[in-house]
Amino acid sequence: MIYLTRKAEFSAAHFYHNPEFTPEENQRIFGKCNNPNGHGHNYTLEVTVKGEVDPKSGFVVDLKQLKDVMGREVLDALDHRFLNKEVPEFFTKIPTTENLAIAIWQRLAPKLNQAQLHRVRVYETPDLFVDFYGEA
Amino acid sequence: MKAHLTRRYMFSASHRLHSDEMSAEENRATYGKCNNPYGHGHNYMIEVTVSGAVHEQTGMVCNLVDLDGFVHHQIVDRYEHQNLNLLPEFAKDVPTTENLCIAIYDIVKCGFRPAHLEKIRIEETMMNSFEYAGENGR
Repeated sequence: MIYLTRKAEFSAAHFYHNPEFTPEENQRIFGKCNNPNGHGHNYTLEVTVKGEVDPKSGFVVDLKQLKDVMGREVLDALDHRFLNKEVPEFFTKIPTTENLAIAIWQRLAPKLNQAQLHRVRVYETPDLFVDFYGEA
Repeated sequence: MKAHLTRRYMFSASHRLHSDEMSAEENRATYGKCNNPYGHGHNYMIEVTVSGAVHEQTGMVCNLVDLDGFVHHQIVDRYEHQNLNLLPEFAKDVPTTENLCIAIYDIVKCGFRPAHLEKIRIEETMMNSFEYAGENGR
């Protein structure tokens, strides 16, 4: 089994707010991230796929195909967007880095036919990242 | 859905690698420059990885304010600008980065309740790093 990781970057705005909480609860739980005007990050995405090396091509996955899928399914939808307002997953879910990693997994998994998705890692800043392995 | 969350922290500390159970020659042969009697220091980069179900209401594995508060008070404040050899956890154990990993893992494992500790990873320099995920870790 070989693991292959491809990186990409995107920039987006978000804020954290749960309408089930009172304004005070939202402020206490989410702090500065609760500012309704939003703030942004330069996110780094790492997508790791796994599989056996194809004896004919020497590839686990065609990197171009992986790049195209990441571009189409993730970057086109998220780059330079306000996540809460423009990305359907976050109309109801809070766009935390945890939920972002899950949403990216769910966008990619059905579209990758050659290799199996192993891990989605999303860096919100260089000092904070989330890994999602597709676990229930 | 279960996710893993990793946060990085830094502190600077000094240490000297020396074992009282070895002769001066053995210490020198084992630890090389790190056995210099006056000690030396590093900027340690600590990665703390916790895991758990993403809470429906908050979208979080755990609140970063809680994790930052715990690690700053219990880890960074404890080690920042200290000589590791003088701390009680290194009274017997040599303050290698392996043992520092285990010491930090034990503090977080015993004290931090909001999420499950997966592992501690420490970069001693840009060229080396160490990981400890507990005795049953992967």
